[in-house]
Amino acid sequence: MATEGETKPEPARREGLFRTFLNATELDIRILGMVGALLVIWCGFDIYSGIGREGEGTGLLGGFFLTPRNLWTLLVQTTPIAVMTTGMVLVIVMRQIDLSVGSMLSMLAVTGAVVQVFILGPSLGVGHPVIWVAGVVTCLVAGTLVGIFNGVLTAYLQIPAFIVTLGGLIAYSGIAFLLASGVTIAPMDKTFDVFGGGIPESWIGPFWSWMLGAAACALIIYALYNGRQKRRKFKFPLRPMWAEVTLGAIGAVAVLGTTWVVNSYPWPFNLIKQYAEANNVTIPDGVENTDGNAICMSAGDVVRCTDGLIYYTGYAVPVLIALVVGAAMTFLSSRTKFGRYIFAIGGNPEAAELAGINTKWVTVKVFALMGFLVGLSSIIASARLDAATNALGQSNELYVIAAAVIGGTSLAGGVGTVYGAILGALTMQSIQSGMQLLNLPAAFQNIVVGTVLVIAVFVDQLYRRRVK
Amino acid sequence: MDAPAKDAPLVELRNISVSFGGIKAVDDVTVDLYPGEVVGLLGHNGAGKSTLIKVLSGAYRRDAGQIFINGKEVHINNPRDAKNLGIETIYQALALADNVDAAANLYLGRELKTSWGLLDDAAMEAEARRVMGRLNPNFKRFKEPAKSLSGGQRQSVAIARAILFNAKILIMDEPTAALGPQETQMVAELIHELKRQGLGIFLIDHDIHSVMKLCDRASVMKNGQLVGTVNVGEVSDDDILGMIILGKKPAKAA
Ligand SMILES: Nc1ncnc2c1ncn2[C@@H]1O[C@H](COP(=O)(O)OP(=O)(O)OP(=O)(O)O)[C@@H](O)[C@H]1O
Ligand SMILES: [Mg+2]
Repeated sequence: MATEGETKPEPARREGLFRTFLNATELDIRILGMVGALLVIWCGFDIYSGIGREGEGTGLLGGFFLTPRNLWTLLVQTTPIAVMTTGMVLVIVMRQIDLSVGSMLSMLAVTGAVVQVFILGPSLGVGHPVIWVAGVVTCLVAGTLVGIFNGVLTAYLQIPAFIVTLGGLIAYSGIAFLLASGVTIAPMDKTFDVFGGGIPESWIGPFWSWMLGAAACALIIYALYNGRQKRRKFKFPLRPMWAEVTLGAIGAVAVLGTTWVVNSYPWPFNLIKQYAEANNVTIPDGVENTDGNAICMSAGDVVRCTDGLIYYTGYAVPVLIALVVGAAMTFLSSRTKFGRYIFAIGGNPEAAELAGINTKWVTVKVFALMGFLVGLSSIIASARLDAATNALGQSNELYVIAAAVIGGTSLAGGVGTVYGAILGALTMQSIQSGMQLLNLPAAFQNIVVGTVLVIAVFVDQLYRRRVK
Repeated sequence: MDAPAKDAPLVELRNISVSFGGIKAVDDVTVDLYPGEVVGLLGHNGAGKSTLIKVLSGAYRRDAGQIFINGKEVHINNPRDAKNLGIETIYQALALADNVDAAANLYLGRELKTSWGLLDDAAMEAEARRVMGRLNPNFKRFKEPAKSLSGGQRQSVAIARAILFNAKILIMDEPTAALGPQETQMVAELIHELKRQGLGIFLIDHDIHSVMKLCDRASVMKNGQLVGTVNVGEVSDDDILGMIILGKKPAKAA
């Protein structure tokens, strides 16, 4: 019978429990490995940062890394690279490369800032709602257009993408410099800043965070159920029930755990105070405690305390954007024709063309998507900084490509996953944040990140060779 | 066996020339094909057979010549044009995307979609199992990337791919080169069946015996030029061999 046999773990007894688990759940061992490496890095930094400062750290292992505050910041800092790397994966899978994303980010951010600060701000008046909308639309549309330009040069004029985007890397930063006249453009529109995650308006708070977490869990369960129904309909082998439950549980724990962490990060002291004063919230009396994160009134002064007025941030808008982008790009790459074509082109461009795929048009669309995502990242980055400079995206192309590659994307094309690349971005940012936490100089961080990149690819290839 | 002369041929390639740099790979070749007919293309290695049919399948641009389908001139500039005209091709190099699985390869370019416009992988896999079951019942590896398949398995996928879509014109460039005897026999049966359904088939094959068995007519090429076209029933193996090796057309041929 053709319908059964090949996906069942045949020699389960000999292969051990872990194999059985992997086969039954169909989890990707390389992703598990990456998650494992990430956890090791996190724990390592937490332990190491706690050494010599016993009792001070509030991290899970006594240090300063695994604290809600640090993890929350880590997530927000990862977002611009994470958003861009989801596009870079597809570019690389298609055997292309985009070296221009860093300069493009600077150029787009400066363009958006010029529109807000120099053009619309003075004429409409500060705070006018058209301003932030125009800023967002400018960045997204301009990004898409620049992407189309890169794509057309690559696909239709047949200039290698490496050259096209190397030219872009140089030229776009020049344009950014000219537009900004070499100065920092600030401040951005206040509503626009919501995309950056740096102000209270960009934190959705615990209630909505839990709601979103619950919705995500429901979605996971629905997806598992739906997948099972589909397999049943076509009489494909089903995963054992325990595997389905395990998958659901892993998903739910990850979602709810992350939600719990972001819901445990209190607003900074000053912001609680400002908010309370601005909105006439009564501040309860209490005893000063400099370790606390809440605010109290003590002898007429606002002081830190443990049981007082406190607000928690919950998810920040840019993190939500990155999560949505990650989900959408995963969906796009695995469930749509467009995604299927990208992988087919990467696997064998000639075969794809002969199969009737319009490979040139797909190439343009992928570069356009990349440009759109750079536009989105430029919004996040400039909103977070509340300013735009011509150096905002400097070297970002290197980090974006490195994240994709650490996440298992093969530069030979045809292989890569969006979630892998996001994990790659998170890993890289974790290493950088951790070393900042340890007060190691930036030069040292670069050395380590570069080394990790090379080792990650080496380990990945070792693994692939063994599987073959 | 002879198609009635009054009907326009299903396909006519008229005075086709293709050159690569200085080499004339195909030099002023004219061949035609009628519905329900199998025309064999024969010739030494490098004679220009693949190049000629790639003009019809849209993989190569011709330098000169015209293509007629059902008597009307058509312009085929890329594989999509050819597919829209109902031309399916099994390429000698077995054009498969190595990193996607057999089912995805079968449907590449014409994916089945759900009512939401998304890929319907389950339906494609189920259909792939059905089609492959007819062609190569031993084939079980639907979920593995094409690069992990054997040469013959790849060939089966390429053939299944071409017959899956209701083609009117089928081009088979050495379809059984990598197949075992049982699978070769199944392809022969398949050709008979498709012929009964009224498809026109161009079959490139180096095995004269199978050409004699499967084809109605045979066109022989040498050094890019057409030696001649013969009715297979009217010539012997040796006549055809002579055409291939010496480039000489037998006196009695049509
Ligand atoms: N893409 C190409 N670029 C340059 N030359 C080519 C190309 N394709 C084919 N040729 C040349 O054209 C000529 C005809 O090649 P073709 O592939 O059509 O031969 P063939 O009859 O199919 O041979 P075989 O029986 O070996 O498959 C050969 O001399 C070959 O080297
Ligand atoms: Mg050939």
